Amino acid sequence: MPKIKLTTPLNDETVENLRIGQKVLLNGVLYTGRDAAHKKMIELLDQGKPLPFEIKGQVIYYVGPSPAKPGQIIGSAGPTTSGRMDAYAPRLIALGLKGMIGKGKRSPDVVRAIRQYKSVYFAAVGGAAALISRSIKKCRVIAYPELGPEAVYELCVENFPVIVANDTLGGDLYEEGVKIYATK
Amino acid sequence: MARLCIEANYYLGSDVIRAFERSREEESSLTGRDILKQLLLNAKIAADDRVPMCQDTGFAVVFLDLGQGVRIEGGSLYDAVNEGVRKGYTEGFLRKSIVGHPLKRINTGDNTPAVIHTRVVPGDSLKITVAPKGGGSENMSAIRMLKPAEGLDGVKKFVLETVKTAGPNPCPPIVVGVGIGGTFEKCALLAKEALIRELGRPSPLPEIAALEKDLLDEINSLGIGPQGLGGRTTALAVHIEIYPCHIASLPVAVNINCHAARHKEAVL
Repeated sequence: MPKIKLTTPLNDETVENLRIGQKVLLNGVLYTGRDAAHKKMIELLDQGKPLPFEIKGQVIYYVGPSPAKPGQIIGSAGPTTSGRMDAYAPRLIALGLKGMIGKGKRSPDVVRAIRQYKSVYFAAVGGAAALISRSIKKCRVIAYPELGPEAVYELCVENFPVIVANDTLGGDLYEEGVKIYATK
Repeated sequence: MARLCIEANYYLGSDVIRAFERSREEESSLTGRDILKQLLLNAKIAADDRVPMCQDTGFAVVFLDLGQGVRIEGGSLYDAVNEGVRKGYTEGFLRKSIVGHPLKRINTGDNTPAVIHTRVVPGDSLKITVAPKGGGSENMSAIRMLKPAEGLDGVKKFVLETVKTAGPNPCPPIVVGVGIGGTFEKCALLAKEALIRELGRPSPLPEIAALEKDLLDEINSLGIGPQGLGGRTTALAVHIEIYPCHIASLPVAVNINCHAARHKEAVL
């Protein structure tokens, strides 16, 4: 299967054309965020304050990188378990978040929001952190430096490898893929 | 200590690499084969560049096998272990993933304290095993106090149910550590000890080795596959440790490890 090259920010039309199982190479800017940063971002929204970055069209990568060694742009940076962000994600999707990158299944609420507001969930290979780091070309902290690895980073990526796991038609690769290979 | 923390995170064991290679041959899913290829490449990059194979460099779980003839002088052994963890995680550029209070959740900043299990054994040496344990797979682990009447079938059912519920979250292909017997806490510790056995080395007890093989086959029929995206290779191995238990009890614990099945040992 040929890989699809996409550049962020993403629009409705681009994500509507994606289907589960497709391999995608992402280019452009990604924002990072884990549980602690998501909690803070939702608190900002509750207070009517702006988020640390304009969320429309953007993609959030669920990651907490290891520290960079001298000479490195970023440490190892593989995906974390997305389910921990499920409580926060639908609200961000409704505000225009067009993509999320992580590992593991999403909740029915997130799957519904992906469909309703046209977004996409990409799976990255969990544990392939040293390999993934090679596609990250720039990295800077833009919010919550006190959270250390859980801070919000702005990453510039080139050909960042992901697989479409949930699409705008309601498709779920975690369900479909397992059905194909289950023999009992 | 510091060296063991760093090496465990940079260099994936040859037993795990061999298991990846074998699984890639046997995997029927193209995506699954591609993922296994990426994991082999990732292990090579981590070793060549001396960087962590995974950004989650884990909770430092430390087993101390302390010979009863050994006398520790010059301070607390546990302080020394924590000092080693502090040094290793700082100098090795490993991620600091520990919060000092489970509810207040402030990062301790140096990955201490370690979780230390001490076993007193015959002899005059101290064996240190460092097994950094990732949070994603630890979160999918489970323990249950079965009724003795549930027997072998109950044990198998619980292990399969735990792996199925875990699905993609613990980063399959996983290693499944199972404890059967003991008390509540002993059973959980048996499951953890099962994870530090050399990958794929069967239990010395024939009936337990047969159960390990049986469970591995059943787990690899679930279809979860590499990263949970479908395929044959859900688990690389099932290791079981057992212990006598109370006439009223049949405890079973399942401790799941991601494919970064890390542990390094040294004998002093």
